[in-house]
Amino acid sequence: MLELQRYFPALLQGAGITLILAVLSVVLAVCLGMAGAVAKLYGSRAVVSMASAYTTLIRGVPEFVMMLLVFYGGQLILNQLASWVGLHAPDVNAFVAAVLTIGFIFGAYYTETFRGAILSVPRGQMEAARAYGFSGWLAFRRILFPQMMRLALPAAVNNWLVLLKATAIASLIGLHDVMFIADQAGRTTQTPMTFYLAACAVYLVVTSGSTACLARARTYLHRGVREGSLHR
Amino acid sequence: MTYEQLGQLFASYASGLWATVQLTVFSLVLGLLIAIPLAVLRVSPNRIVSSPVAVYTWFMRGTPLLAQLMIVYYGFGQFQWMQDAWQRGTPLLSLLRDPYDCALIALTANTCAYTTEILAGALRATPYGEIEAARAYGMSQLTTWRRILLPSALRRFIPAYSNEVILMLHGTSLVSAITIVDLTGVARDFYANYYAPFEAFISVGTVYFGLTTIITLLVRLTERRYLVYLRPQNFATLAKS
Repeated sequence: MLELQRYFPALLQGAGITLILAVLSVVLAVCLGMAGAVAKLYGSRAVVSMASAYTTLIRGVPEFVMMLLVFYGGQLILNQLASWVGLHAPDVNAFVAAVLTIGFIFGAYYTETFRGAILSVPRGQMEAARAYGFSGWLAFRRILFPQMMRLALPAAVNNWLVLLKATAIASLIGLHDVMFIADQAGRTTQTPMTFYLAACAVYLVVTSGSTACLARARTYLHRGVREGSLHR
Repeated sequence: MTYEQLGQLFASYASGLWATVQLTVFSLVLGLLIAIPLAVLRVSPNRIVSSPVAVYTWFMRGTPLLAQLMIVYYGFGQFQWMQDAWQRGTPLLSLLRDPYDCALIALTANTCAYTTEILAGALRATPYGEIEAARAYGMSQLTTWRRILLPSALRRFIPAYSNEVILMLHGTSLVSAITIVDLTGVARDFYANYYAPFEAFISVGTVYFGLTTIITLLVRLTERRYLVYLRPQNFATLAKS
């Protein structure tokens, strides 16, 4: 317990880095996912096949392999570029590599989530909006988006939970996130179990908190829906 | 690179592939076998029965697989009694010293939790008419579970489970963190020896992609076999016959 107390500030700092990494990655992933879904549904044939290649390829390769590729491969490219210009190459930042890789990977998962949600909004909704003279953007913002978010919410939150847990692999490329700090502290104090469990507690707090938020967001997004109950 | 080196490289890739496939298959099979009884407990209306399973799945699904691997492999060394048991060579506890066994334990425990929840969801989605029909036929509780509830739920469970299978294959890439040389481990060694990140990680990524494609095909075959009653009817062939 004493060890835990001593390393508490460091763990907290690590938890902060984990959270920032997860939030930045999820923002990137949601943007990519939205763009990917629109590209898959409304794009020209070339755009559709590019988006499909993106989602199939990403979902076929482990996150860890992808991260190693970005981290080490990116360093090689940087070195080469720098040697052409005649400068000293900067080191690839583990944080930047992690945000880019995780955001890019989960963009593929969000693409599928949003695509399914857009498809589940009845066609007539958009048609009615256009018939009322809504512009494309206004119809998207007022009609399609609120309804698709309601349908996408459970899967989107699930993606977020998977993403949060996936950030732990960034510790393997040397990012000082909560997993890395716990690992180091456990090795120095020879109490690895204590520190791994402490790291787990951090993840559990965030995952359980997110699930609780999902329940509240669900009631908000379902405010216009009349729901029957299967059980009395 | 000489031909000899190339041959060695091929051999190490093959052994890495074998380790990955072995870990994936063993952990999935073990996890599924344990998940079936756990899912039955999970949907029990009795809180005392269902909540221990709920706590287990909550912990496993709320924490990263990497942390679970580390806990199983490095974590237990903290305890003196465990060190003593290792000194004495207690058979079951000695499993926790071998990285391969540790990986198998952690991966199985992880996939088992996800599988339990997927199967529990499928069980909860059982149409009530099926249970009523079983009662009407005079089936006992046990017969209903064996003949109606589990077969029906296991079919509904296939599509969601196929995702879990792919995630598990990808999850095994983390075992290189606990010194196992699986496919990813081979690629990391290759990178360290030749400083060729693109060759190392793109080649191994391609192998994972191939494995994922094989799994997808197998799932499609299984669905065709077991979910045949859910396929849209082909009216053209019906009309012909």
